[in-house]
Amino acid sequence: MSIRARVLEALSEVYDPELDEPITSLGFVTSCAVSPGGDVEILLRLPTPQCAPNFAYLMAADARNVVRRLPDVGRIEVRLEDHYTGEEINAAVARGEGFTGAFPGETDDDQLDALRDLFQRKALVARQARLCEEMLAHGATPEQVTARRVVDLPDVPDARRCLELRGQLGIDCEPDSPAFVAPNGEPVATGELTRWLRKARLVRTSLDVNGSICRSLLQIRSRRGAELEEVGT
Amino acid sequence: MYSHNGDSYFVVDGHLHFWDASPANWVSGQEQYAKGWIECFHAYMGLGPPETHWPIEKFQKYSEEDFVKDVFEDGCVDVGIFQPTYLKEWYTDGFNTLEKNAVLVEKYPDRLIANGRWDPREGEAGLRQLEEDAKSHNLQGVKLYTAEWYQGSRGWSLKDPESQRFLEKCQELGIKNIHVHKGPTIWPLDKDAFDVSDVDYVATNFPELNFIVEHVGLPRIEDFCFMATQEPNVYAGLAVVIGGLMHARPRFFAKVMGELLFWVGEDKMLWASDYAIWEPRWQVEGFVDWTSPEDVEFSDYPRLTTDGKKKILGLNAAKLYGIDVPEALRIPDEAGTPAAREDAQLVDSA
Repeated sequence: MSIRARVLEALSEVYDPELDEPITSLGFVTSCAVSPGGDVEILLRLPTPQCAPNFAYLMAADARNVVRRLPDVGRIEVRLEDHYTGEEINAAVARGEGFTGAFPGETDDDQLDALRDLFQRKALVARQARLCEEMLAHGATPEQVTARRVVDLPDVPDARRCLELRGQLGIDCEPDSPAFVAPNGEPVATGELTRWLRKARLVRTSLDVNGSICRSLLQIRSRRGAELEEVGT
Repeated sequence: MYSHNGDSYFVVDGHLHFWDASPANWVSGQEQYAKGWIECFHAYMGLGPPETHWPIEKFQKYSEEDFVKDVFEDGCVDVGIFQPTYLKEWYTDGFNTLEKNAVLVEKYPDRLIANGRWDPREGEAGLRQLEEDAKSHNLQGVKLYTAEWYQGSRGWSLKDPESQRFLEKCQELGIKNIHVHKGPTIWPLDKDAFDVSDVDYVATNFPELNFIVEHVGLPRIEDFCFMATQEPNVYAGLAVVIGGLMHARPRFFAKVMGELLFWVGEDKMLWASDYAIWEPRWQVEGFVDWTSPEDVEFSDYPRLTTDGKKKILGLNAAKLYGIDVPEALRIPDEAGTPAAREDAQLVDSA
């Protein structure tokens, strides 16, 4: 596998923390170039120049971190393009600094852990909702659903991502631990399932809608960019 | 008034702008932000039907004639409510000030309402200004931007002690509708401007005031819904929901509407076009025509009836603003579906 292929593979593990989708499938990676000497240059473009700097920082920093772990990679440059705080974020990421390095004096939250944690819990809830609905649709009773263990989960992307998130959040994901948990990691009781699911669906809808708006805006941005280039040349 | 299939709708547009974002109004040294802001709005316009898109030049600054045609004539809006957006750090005369809106209100006093604004960071001077504005413009409402920049500060919270003084002042001045921008925003940094917990806090402390959460807390609708379920004086402002989703993402639109109808209820939802981000006409037409898809995915959402649409398109806002609705356009009071109050307990474990 070429270095570039490995870099792209690594980037597919970087998630938009707000949308819980890989930045590669969201179309945020606009270019990835590897020099003969192994230097890597990655360009990221978000749906609008005004996407929230905190999430923008997390994606840029995560991108650098996953690539840094690869062998045979030289210098790494990750750049947010056309973002109104791109300069600050790019410089901080290049120096290996945290969020406060990008915006000294404007924030005292260096690693944005609480933000990441909050959205990982939302993502977990949303993904579980899909798995749970699937089981109910196939005739499982609430008792059966809440009795399911991690080992019973199907081998599908949502389930794999749930376990990844549980691992990152420090929620038990041993094979015999409950398949479905509340945001705090507690198992879902049978009597609570309907309410839990109702809430979880709302969280999922919120993430889906958010993601769809981002995708639409990114499309509009690329289209207009292309039009401008045509006009300009 | 909008009529369709024998039904007539009294239309109140809860969120209108009359802005000037043309380069002549950009603050020197802040051009990139002024330009970025309006371009960002313009991208949102792209989520509406193609035939309603404007070129950026017109979008930066549109005329009074455009406004009257798009809103009153084509848009069928009976009464419109202006929400000001100052952004004086970026726009020399402000992006869309109360003063600018008031010029139009003077010409169309029965059709337009101008809301004011305040910012707790302006302290005593801000309180005095609010009193003056309330007096000269007979304010019934304000629009608040908790994410707005001000002298090096990049946001504030309704929970701030200073905010309490302004809310008390609103109460004293009879300003009872507090519109809070909780939606797509510009500089949340670590202070999460989408966070609606500050609305939760003041809605409890000021039960006589109404809090209209503009853009329903998008992109965090769930936080908004859980909160609105618990607070009887919290309303959903649908600007962006209809404009941003109904055309571009109809299935997601149906889901968001279903969720809002379930959690918040049709008595507490207010339509708004967010003009000039989107023209009102296609939104009113589309919404009156709209029905939820029949698939099982949508089966347990409450259904929206013609009466429900009448409330959302105008009657709910008319109630909040004391707008007199012609007898023939009213509906009997008790026809509403209450919001999912029994689900409030659901939120306790959130």
